[in-house]
Amino acid sequence: MIASLSLILLCQLAGEVFVRGLGLPMPGPVVGLALLLLLLLARDRFDILAVGPLQGGGVENASRGLLAHLSLLFVPAGVGVVQQLGLIAQYGVAIAAVLAISVVVTLLATVATFLVASRLLARGGGEP
Amino acid sequence: MSQNPFSLWVYLSQSPLLWLTVTLLTYAVADAVSLATHRHPLANPVLHSMWIIGAFLLLTGTSYTTYFGGAQFVHFLLGPATVALAVPLYENRRVVMAAILPMLAALAVGSVTAVASVVLLAEAFGLPRGVVLSLTPKSVTAGVAMGISESLHADPSLTAVAVVLTGILGAITVTPLMNRIGITDFRARGFAVGIAAHGIGTARAFQVDAVAGVFAGIAMSLNALVTSLLVPLAVTLLVR
Repeated sequence: MIASLSLILLCQLAGEVFVRGLGLPMPGPVVGLALLLLLLLARDRFDILAVGPLQGGGVENASRGLLAHLSLLFVPAGVGVVQQLGLIAQYGVAIAAVLAISVVVTLLATVATFLVASRLLARGGGEP
Repeated sequence: MSQNPFSLWVYLSQSPLLWLTVTLLTYAVADAVSLATHRHPLANPVLHSMWIIGAFLLLTGTSYTTYFGGAQFVHFLLGPATVALAVPLYENRRVVMAAILPMLAALAVGSVTAVASVVLLAEAFGLPRGVVLSLTPKSVTAGVAMGISESLHADPSLTAVAVVLTGILGAITVTPLMNRIGITDFRARGFAVGIAAHGIGTARAFQVDAVAGVFAGIAMSLNALVTSLLVPLAVTLLVR
């Protein structure tokens, strides 16, 4: 458990160092994600890596534990709304409308593109 | 022992213990209610935790800074949770690789739509420049969005609120919307909510369907990457 959490933190840390070190405009945890994915894939290929948290489902279980209540992690940021009451009194309705319309438009555009692209590929490529 | 209950309150209200407990307890109750309503979209646990804790802070005259002293331990886990998304991605790599091209197409269209629509709408509604900039990264996960907001010299705390509201709106609308227009491909449904509504949408997708959850998680992480590159460009092109 501790070793698995350490591995996750280590990936994030490496991601942050990489991003800050090279001055890249991307989030450190996303690089950490890519790193952990590469480690898991490499473990399947090279037995020597299957040690500590990378064996017996260690890091897998720790990750599932973290992701089980992903939405809890957004509560502290969301409560920040109490700092914005003045702004909300002034522009709250407009902000809510903008966000709501934008979410629906984004959902529709994304789902339509996904379906159209997968249908075109299925038709062009024959057997999936 | 304290001389009076008030001094006990003064002590507790300044300690991280109280606010961490309040956060976890409120969420646990909101989540139990959500489960009892068979995960009804409107029983979204983040939405209800947010207003209950917010009202409690206002009633007790507690500042957000004091609250965050306790809640930061939860907030911190957003980063490690993003890294942890590697695991569902790894476990479903075959399903994912089979859909890699539709995903990349949907990512390109979805992330551009998310950024462009919010900038154009916010300007059409006549919001001031600072607010427009703060809303722009609203479709990516909180930590990343706040970083983007900072680099634009916008208000990261307003961005965080916009991010959470967007997540809640996406999580509430996705299931009724997709059912109504008859989308049954859970890969597409999950991917769309991950692009539009990041981690809160992903959490919702995992409640509905495991495959949808995986695709939402991938969409959320890819979108974090693309949006951090896209927002500076959109701001130059679209914001007056």
